[in-house]
Amino acid sequence: MEWTRHLLIVPILLPLVTGAGLLLIDELRHTLKALLSLVSCLLLAVAAALLMRMADGVPGEGSTLSVSYAVANWPAPFAIVLVLDRLAALMLALTSVLAIAALVFSMARWHRAGPHFHTLFQFLLMGLGGAFLTGDLFNLFVFFEVTLAASYGLLLHGSGAFRVRAGLHYIAINLAASLLFLVGVSLIYGVAGTLNMADLAIRLPGIPAADRGLAYTGAAILGIAFLIKAGMWPLCFWLPSAYMAAAAPVAAIFVVLTKVGAYVLLRLTLLLFGAQAGAAAGFGGPVLLWGGMATIAFATFGMLASQAMGKLAGYSVLISAGTLLAATGLGDAAVVSGALFYLVSSTFSTAAFFMLIELVERARAPGADLLAVTMEAYGDETDEDEVEDHDDEEVGVVMPGALAILGVSFGCVALLLAGLPPLSGFIAKFAMLTGMLNPSGLGLPAETPRHIWLLAALIILSGLAALIAMMRTGIRTFWAPLETIVPRVLVVEVAPIVGLLALCTLLAVQGGALLDYTEAAARALHAPSTYIQGVLGAGHPASTSR
Amino acid sequence: MELTLAIAIGALTGSGVWLVLRPRTYQLVIGLSLLSYAVNLFIFSMGRLTVGVPPVLGPGGAGNPSDYADPVPQALVLTAIVIGFATTALLLVVLLVARGLAGNDHVDGREQR
Repeated sequence: MEWTRHLLIVPILLPLVTGAGLLLIDELRHTLKALLSLVSCLLLAVAAALLMRMADGVPGEGSTLSVSYAVANWPAPFAIVLVLDRLAALMLALTSVLAIAALVFSMARWHRAGPHFHTLFQFLLMGLGGAFLTGDLFNLFVFFEVTLAASYGLLLHGSGAFRVRAGLHYIAINLAASLLFLVGVSLIYGVAGTLNMADLAIRLPGIPAADRGLAYTGAAILGIAFLIKAGMWPLCFWLPSAYMAAAAPVAAIFVVLTKVGAYVLLRLTLLLFGAQAGAAAGFGGPVLLWGGMATIAFATFGMLASQAMGKLAGYSVLISAGTLLAATGLGDAAVVSGALFYLVSSTFSTAAFFMLIELVERARAPGADLLAVTMEAYGDETDEDEVEDHDDEEVGVVMPGALAILGVSFGCVALLLAGLPPLSGFIAKFAMLTGMLNPSGLGLPAETPRHIWLLAALIILSGLAALIAMMRTGIRTFWAPLETIVPRVLVVEVAPIVGLLALCTLLAVQGGALLDYTEAAARALHAPSTYIQGVLGAGHPASTSR
Repeated sequence: MELTLAIAIGALTGSGVWLVLRPRTYQLVIGLSLLSYAVNLFIFSMGRLTVGVPPVLGPGGAGNPSDYADPVPQALVLTAIVIGFATTALLLVVLLVARGLAGNDHVDGREQR
């Protein structure tokens, strides 16, 4: 095994060691802890970039490559493997960039709002890295739990009655989902006798017809667990309030948590129930498609109805989750490629939105976003829901012209969420719609099925709703107030937002490069035999026969 | 034995689900604990039910595989127990904090009117 393969374990080991090491440093030395944490995130980004290059392969050679790493050097189906392919590398890179942004933002004051922020943050990154890289279902459960345990701590970071209540709901929901995960995993093990994803993909088509029902049941229960995490309607009611309650940098990194559910669903549906799966091919596809569409519709109405900006951002997370699920359910390589681009763009923009909200909220009086009537209806809640976090004095360089920058950023986020040119949200939606309506690439498309028209309409309408809701909020925040409070905003708080939005702009300008990458990733996902060969070795009988 | 185990898992799951749907936080914790016991038993049963056979090979090397219990579900259940224990402990702490902050033990932090 050449040494570069050891890079696969870096996204798990590095945050683990950093997080554990940070425990030893006194809680009062904020700056040192923050710097160490930041260095770890930067190294993680470098590792992710290297892994992305590794997964992309040498140009001109092996266009659909996947690399596996046997953790304890035991041969593949018997021990835990880490698998790297383009999709996993892309998710890792996305997470590390987001982590840097959230961490820089937190350095203004959030990381001092409670103990062990940086340790929890690093453990969250460790769980995410493991979940993206693992090639084993039970190992996936363990990394999910690591991520969730860290996220429980982070959601409660900063404390306050509102956060604790939202945290209680969040933990209860996720514990129940984890139990469903376990039931699904054990059913699949009971039927197939393996938990290695590649091995499972080989064995599933050969399962006797009598056991098939059990295998489907296992897969369905497993799917429900992921759908709760991905936020599909009607399993998503916990999401907006939990994200709204979280501190701004925490909510920003949480944006990637729903994407983990979507990522696993994408990977497992195409690996286990792809075209090669025989009788099981296409299992679950319609559920994802219609469920995704229902999620988009629900979140569209939710967005139009939400009056607090936090709720608005929560529903925009749901819209992107629904779009990803529906694209997964469609299962077409061109659509999936567009959806991956959309995933990157929407994650960056929603995370920037969550951080922006906190800065904008400083500019207005509490409750200014509620209409007078609802203000009365919710009157008993505002006092307890208002989380008092402003007791820390802020140190650092104050941003000049804060309101102008916030306004421009808000406009950019609106464009991104609505999917309007010239930013990357437009390219993402355009790529998906092209894949849906014109799958053959050139010439007049053949008969387009009705559900595809419906999905296309929903995607466009959700963009319109996002635009309306954002415009309403923007006007009320930036233009309507008679006396504007100019918020005290630090450079470290604005920098990550501007950075993420600049990345989105870069994605729009250099979209071709990423689209090439996502296309290759989607093609590789639709040809699971490369994944299987990468894990079990090219000589494996079952993998060569396919 | 299958019937006994199935009834046990069913009873635990049934009471667990009922308790999880109740409005008090204490009922929630007990319900989730019961559910996790049921799930642990369920995982264990997925390695098929055997009596008096070890999951580890003896010093003589591999013999007839049917003389051994499947070790994988046992390993899985151990992991699941540890993780479930830790997260339930965390939930308990959150529950106590919520009780202190809200002044009551309703899951929504206030009584239904």
